[in-house]
Amino acid sequence: MSSVEEKVKGIIVEKLKVDAADVTNDKEIVRDLGADSLDQVELVMELEEQFGVDEIPEEEAAQLKTVGDVIRYVTEKTGSPA
Amino acid sequence: MALVFGTANKKSIAWAVAKRLSQSGAKIVLTYQDPRLEGNVLPLAAELPDCIPCKCDLTVEEDVAAVFKLVEEKYGRLDILIHSVAYALREDLDRRFLDTSQEGFRIAQTVSAYTLVAAARGALPLMEKAGGGSILAMTYHGSERVIPNYNVMGVSKAALEACVRYLAADLGPMNIRVNALSPGPLNTLAARGITGLLTMLKYFRERAPLRRNTDLEEVADTALFFSSDLSRGITGEVLYVDCGYHITGM
Repeated sequence: MSSVEEKVKGIIVEKLKVDAADVTNDKEIVRDLGADSLDQVELVMELEEQFGVDEIPEEEAAQLKTVGDVIRYVTEKTGSPA
Repeated sequence: MALVFGTANKKSIAWAVAKRLSQSGAKIVLTYQDPRLEGNVLPLAAELPDCIPCKCDLTVEEDVAAVFKLVEEKYGRLDILIHSVAYALREDLDRRFLDTSQEGFRIAQTVSAYTLVAAARGALPLMEKAGGGSILAMTYHGSERVIPNYNVMGVSKAALEACVRYLAADLGPMNIRVNALSPGPLNTLAARGITGLLTMLKYFRERAPLRRNTDLEEVADTALFFSSDLSRGITGEVLYVDCGYHITGM
């Protein structure tokens, strides 16, 4: 697991209070992990802070459906190897 | 002794103000609106000496009564009240203002403006015991000017600012001052509910005379000024803490 992947999953586990074992790349954050709209905003803000990425626009955030989407997005934004 | 309403997480204005007041020696009661925010707020409260976290939904009478009872039993007085509370339905912040529903209008007005009146009423006896006090609300420029998507929130902030003036008139004879700060847009959890916030932040820092966004610490510093005797001659005022943005014409 890359460090980005590990960190993203850690943030999701903490913010959504879900079991680490349930946070796999194919899981959908809303449908499978039960995030509501407030959770989604909190997740996005936490990603911005933890990874030092610039403010993530709503249109881009809306595209991040699965855990894997988030990992890919952050990896791209931070330029770290996947 | 300061009662601070409206912390959601570490990026909240209320939290920044609570920290600043605490550094200056105030004891804090830190409230959050919903039990689901407890996980965010309890660890924050633990960072400050003499800080009691308390769940309080200001639209619920029992909650209001309970929080003032807590302050009375614990401290017997109240010097400072910070109101950093607002809410509007998501759909009302993402379409024409013209389409605002009666329910959406009512909710925004009740949560964002009326709750200041309810809080001030609760504070009165405890501030009288302290020989006076300072009540401070948070507003935004959308009360006076049209900001895209701010919609019903702007109308509610206009009501809030009017509440500040009427409360200042009612409470002035008891040496209780009521003011509001109007910060530039801030990247808080609540503000992220406004469609296009990030565009707003960018536009703002390009045009504000100080050429940057407002930061939480400078809002907190100004809140400290309004909470202290340094501002003893000021009441019913709305003060911009917005890097000068509101003076610009284009």
